[in-house]
Amino acid sequence: MKPRTYMMQGNVAVAEGAIDAGCRFFAGYPITPSSEIGETLSKRLPEIGGKFIQMEDEISAMGAVIGASLGGVKSLTATSGPGFSLKQENIGYASITEVPVVIVNVMRGGPSTGLPTLPSQSDVMQARWGTHGDHPIIVLTPATVRETYDMTIQAFNMSEKYRVPVILLMDEIIGHVYEKVTLPNIDELTIINRKKPTCSAQEYLPYIADETLIPPMANFGEGYRYHVTGLVHDETGFPTNKTDQIEVMLNRLNSKLDKYSDEIIQYEDTFTEDAKIGIVTYGSSARSSKNAMRKAREQGIPVGMIRIQTLWPFPTERIYEFGRQVSHIIVPELNLGQIAHEVEHAVKGAAEVVPVNKINGDPIHPEEVLLKIKECI
Amino acid sequence: MDYLQYLRLDKFPHIWCAGCGDGIALKAILRAVHNIGWEKDNIAMVSGIGCSSRTPGYVDFNTLHTTHGRAIPFATGLKMARPEMNVIVVSGDGDATAIGGNHLIHAARRNIDLTVLIYNNHIYGMTGGQVSPETPMGDFATTAPYGAMENNFDISGLTIAAGASFVARCTVYHANLLGKLIEKALSKKGFSLVEVMSPCPTAYGKINKKGTGNEMILNQKQLAVRVERAKTMSPEELKNKIIIGTIIDRELPEYVNTYEKIISQAQRR
Repeated sequence: MKPRTYMMQGNVAVAEGAIDAGCRFFAGYPITPSSEIGETLSKRLPEIGGKFIQMEDEISAMGAVIGASLGGVKSLTATSGPGFSLKQENIGYASITEVPVVIVNVMRGGPSTGLPTLPSQSDVMQARWGTHGDHPIIVLTPATVRETYDMTIQAFNMSEKYRVPVILLMDEIIGHVYEKVTLPNIDELTIINRKKPTCSAQEYLPYIADETLIPPMANFGEGYRYHVTGLVHDETGFPTNKTDQIEVMLNRLNSKLDKYSDEIIQYEDTFTEDAKIGIVTYGSSARSSKNAMRKAREQGIPVGMIRIQTLWPFPTERIYEFGRQVSHIIVPELNLGQIAHEVEHAVKGAAEVVPVNKINGDPIHPEEVLLKIKECI
Repeated sequence: MDYLQYLRLDKFPHIWCAGCGDGIALKAILRAVHNIGWEKDNIAMVSGIGCSSRTPGYVDFNTLHTTHGRAIPFATGLKMARPEMNVIVVSGDGDATAIGGNHLIHAARRNIDLTVLIYNNHIYGMTGGQVSPETPMGDFATTAPYGAMENNFDISGLTIAAGASFVARCTVYHANLLGKLIEKALSKKGFSLVEVMSPCPTAYGKINKKGTGNEMILNQKQLAVRVERAKTMSPEELKNKIIIGTIIDRELPEYVNTYEKIISQAQRR
């Protein structure tokens, strides 16, 4: 098989990753800076028997991917800040009904229409808490084009395995940067598909889980006729107002990811072994920070970095350990400290947390991080 | 026919009030499905939020009770994923024409093969009787204490203009005709819509002194005019009347079918 080497944009890497993960349905609405994802898939999906639809708005795009996933087709939607806000109600629907879907948010500056063409990382908290109510969610954030491809596949795998909406949270730099990538051969990939029921249709209870906490999922049209509702439901899938049943359902829903935190939570350590000063960052800010870290090391300053890949659930334990090792944790991010607060919470005062924040549409420059490193000596 | 084979009997009694038309409409749907002979496994019923939207809970199909106004988008995704599935959307006037109005016209424009049943009771029933886009001008609602001030949508005119293949209207009084119209709508390849005039004695009837549910249903008999006869009547004569029957039935390209052709083309390249 000839190597799949391309000059590729992050947004196109999402499209190619989705296809390789088995995604065969995309519903979306045009929005900068994510439109290339839909544009690419509008051409690519029909070539492989899949379907693309440009819906009338962001809300309907979110609804359509949930409907298609229930029909048994892996589904993707992509958007940016304002559209992400509009999708939130139906993201909650996917969460409570446990329908696997992947949502890409290529972040722009906000609030409101904000900065459509400029980078930002200000939807970190919206990705976690954008929809109302307590709910499980997984949020992954890439820093390179190749990682965007890999993470898109992971997002589908996690979504299918844990029956949870997975958000791929990118910033505009990662969405639009072109990099040379060599994609793996399809047969080298690990692809996970939802677990289906093995019992008869008569015995099937759509929301009863074994010790895995993840109920097997029947697709519509495969002989298991059942009910799906956004109301809190019991094991049969029908609405309930009984407090004991509500408790069972919502406790399982909100704890199911805890069981798998080791395989969900990912981060990358660089030079952390001997570090006395730490950096915790993610996405494009990690690229500037890495450069700053190298420069600091050249000057003999022992800096180490943890690049967060899974933003939610947050790698609290690892950050806590890191906080006990270093004197300071610098947190560069393109917002006013959304992850810095989380780092603060994780280190429990063991290290001083030093935010590096920027919301003017300009990326974080290595010099800005280097300056903070020197202030921490 | 045996209605019970299509129902989830353990979910009864249903939530609808005495005098509500939604149960009559449900029976009409089941007759239509039975006459066509569809397998239950191949039917999906999708709804939004409201009294009518509780219908899927009672039927033994693949059933999907979605968010307010969004049944059509969910149904669109499901239909595209499983074109062989017969997808029925049940909605109310608030759900389909207010919060979901944009989806209604765009699904009609695409002419996607869904059947949308809008139970029009002129009110938001489940939330206690607020004004809807279908509350007649001057009628009262909990949020229209001085009478409704807004014009109504002409649901059939709206969806015809948007490009639907089949549009009909009926009352629950004319239950037999309703079943036949739903059967035609379900059989139609393309976007089909039936507006079902369903009285709400509780949230709309009482505040507007329209009488009991029975009286409201009997009143439908007085107001109904067959579509054929309506063509011979003047706009003045048709004022406040309910025109019932098939309003449009035409052959237009269907969206999913068109898409499947595009896939064949793209794969040949």
